[in-house]
Amino acid sequence: MWRGAAGRTAPPLRPPQNRNLFVTELVAGVSHGSVYALIALGYSMVYGILKLLNFAHGDVYMVGSFIGFGIITVFGGPLNLHVSVWLMLFLMFFCAMLGGGLLGVMIERFAYRRLRNAPRIAPLITALGVSFFLENAAQLVLGAQYQSYNAFSWTNSAIALKHFGLPAHAVISYAQVIVVVGAVVLMVFLTLFVQRTQLGKAMRATSFDREAAAMMGIDVDRVIVATFFIGSALAGAAGVFNGIAYQQVWPYMGFQAGLYAFIAAVVGGIGNLPGAVLGGLVIGLAQAFSIGYLSSTFSDAIVFAILIAVMIARPSGLLGRAAVQKV
Amino acid sequence: MTEPTDPSTPRVGVDEWVASHEGRRAHRAGVAGRVERELARVPRPAFYLAFGAVAALLPAFTSNGYTIRVGFDTLLYMLLALGLNITVGYAGLLDLGYIAFYGFGAYGYAMLASPKFGVHWDTLAVIPVVVVATAILGLLVALPSRRLLGDYLAIVTLFFGQLFVTVYQNGEAMSVLGFTKKYDVTGGPNGIPNIDNFNAFGFHVGSLQAYYYVALAVFLAVLAAVYLVDRSRTGRAWRSLREDPLAAELMGIPVNRLKLVAFACGAAIAGLAGTMFAALNTAVFAADFDVPTLIIVYAMLILGGAGSIGGVILGAVVVNVSLEVLRTPGHATWVFFVLLAATLVARMRPWRWVAVVLGGTIAFGFAVHAIVSAVWPRGVHGQAAVGGILGSGLRHWVVLPSNPMTIGNVAFVCLVLAVLGVTLLHGRLQKLALVPTLYLAIFVWENRLAVEPSVTRLILVGVILIVLMNARPQGLLGTSRVEIV
Repeated sequence: MWRGAAGRTAPPLRPPQNRNLFVTELVAGVSHGSVYALIALGYSMVYGILKLLNFAHGDVYMVGSFIGFGIITVFGGPLNLHVSVWLMLFLMFFCAMLGGGLLGVMIERFAYRRLRNAPRIAPLITALGVSFFLENAAQLVLGAQYQSYNAFSWTNSAIALKHFGLPAHAVISYAQVIVVVGAVVLMVFLTLFVQRTQLGKAMRATSFDREAAAMMGIDVDRVIVATFFIGSALAGAAGVFNGIAYQQVWPYMGFQAGLYAFIAAVVGGIGNLPGAVLGGLVIGLAQAFSIGYLSSTFSDAIVFAILIAVMIARPSGLLGRAAVQKV
Repeated sequence: MTEPTDPSTPRVGVDEWVASHEGRRAHRAGVAGRVERELARVPRPAFYLAFGAVAALLPAFTSNGYTIRVGFDTLLYMLLALGLNITVGYAGLLDLGYIAFYGFGAYGYAMLASPKFGVHWDTLAVIPVVVVATAILGLLVALPSRRLLGDYLAIVTLFFGQLFVTVYQNGEAMSVLGFTKKYDVTGGPNGIPNIDNFNAFGFHVGSLQAYYYVALAVFLAVLAAVYLVDRSRTGRAWRSLREDPLAAELMGIPVNRLKLVAFACGAAIAGLAGTMFAALNTAVFAADFDVPTLIIVYAMLILGGAGSIGGVILGAVVVNVSLEVLRTPGHATWVFFVLLAATLVARMRPWRWVAVVLGGTIAFGFAVHAIVSAVWPRGVHGQAAVGGILGSGLRHWVVLPSNPMTIGNVAFVCLVLAVLGVTLLHGRLQKLALVPTLYLAIFVWENRLAVEPSVTRLILVGVILIVLMNARPQGLLGTSRVEIV
């Protein structure tokens, strides 16, 4: 029931014509990792400010993916678009990011805000409840079956890499290029925002010490709402990227992806934005290579092993600083 | 209550704050308060014994197999919630891989007592082995995150739970890291069938009734053990580390060791519950041990009140029985209306507003129905989910489109938004807004929710968690904590 009728088999992750395993897995890992990194950024931002593991974040990603799917459905059926592809791409990202962001803000306002000073376990359980509610509400409204972004099957046509001096049979798809480039663009924007703007500065201050920031006149509520909006908008964009690259969307996709992104955030150092990106890449590559060289069953086990290893060797993550507990 | 003392001279050896703790707790006034105080004087074990006696009588009242089956499931859930109560309620560790231990216990029993490997151990030998193995597994899972914050434990355990399902679901061809021959360990998606019944002291447990009594006996035994542990030194230490791990450590409590012990205890109880699950169902599938079961057990624990044994019993009964009732749309509709009315009566003051809102909703419904039947005749030709008087009444009041799929889905999204909006309003405006919201809720219920019970139950479990945590985090029977100054 939980995995749907298709069982636990993942949708096909890469075009079948790829022959050179290493490059194929490298590309698949990087593009998967970019999606994880975008989701992980939202986790990390929220955790940095509220110290809350927002389990519902993966489901915001799912909702973003379905918003993109809705736009495709509105503007013509599969392979038969009534508008220019670029306009549609823009609309998909715009609506998914806006919708995801608003959903994130609503979740914060109605589920988490009252629990800000509660014992830590209370918001965690609420987050579980929100995630469970969103998944099942999506199943009620959208149906449990897979939906396909097949208006975008042109994106799977390959770019031959011969011209770049890579092995002969290695092939990457347009979709993967779009995902990686788009993710990098969004990350650059996020970095500029956090480093250069006043609100970004307020975010950094709030994440460093919420009480002190409030005393300095920062409107902490506003910062938290902005954080949820931006983090969730990134997740919405990640949902559309995922749809473009791997075609399939369904109501339970958020849970698995959210979990991987989570681990990415922890591996990189939770609360640390470059760490989230690094963690996303590490997890994406680890998953891709273990699927390619070992077996798809054990890719979960490999990722779990990485998580445990990082937690034992560097409990604060690869790029995180050791937290000093204050009394 | 503290004895009246001269406030100027503190009593020697008595901490005034602790001694006056009872006096500062909020008590209800009037008859309800008196009943509450009298009940609080009855020793707890009397309640548990009374529960055991009532539960033991269930098979005497009914020979309906379905009812006894639901009773057995409820007992299993109680046992699970009791184990989770140790980890979450006493020690305050968020264990999101709990159901994996349940599954590990079930698969453990299945492997040691089924034709799968041709092993047919005696039940009395299997259960201790499985329980100890599950406890050790729990220790191993908790070990890497023992020095870290609770959040990390949540991630590690959640992922462990996922890993468990993946591995067991794909375990029909396992090899050691791809180097050896492939072995069929777990049967993969087909699970392990033909598991032996319980077989101990020469008795063969075969019937549903017998399993019910076994489950009841095991539950009461575990309950007694948990009750005693809770009142022991260890139990007090757990609660202290839940409240403030740093202070507990300063008091010399071995925090890390106690966390691990709590985690292993919870896992062991889940493993025990798993053996019974496997023995009654005679087959195990990895998909039974996935996230929905976990969330349901959490809902039980939270509803009853984490940290309270009575709450665990109450929460498991309420949640499991309501989820079963939901399976039949007719019954569920009655329960839904009764619950709506009860919520209004309980939450709304003064009570004349209840009459106003209910009357307003009924009038609103007739108006909407009249308009829709005039404008869009197909909008009132559907079927109500419930038959009988209620059903025929509803047909003249609720808009029931003949094809409710799309409009019902849109209405569901609107309902969620409307409910959230109502919580933002105050005073009369809120009560006015409640009228269309109630009607919308009934519309969505009749057209979408009641006809898809399998999704609706999970949605409701999610809602229970969110609403309870925001409105009453201590649950039904838990005590709200005294704020530490």
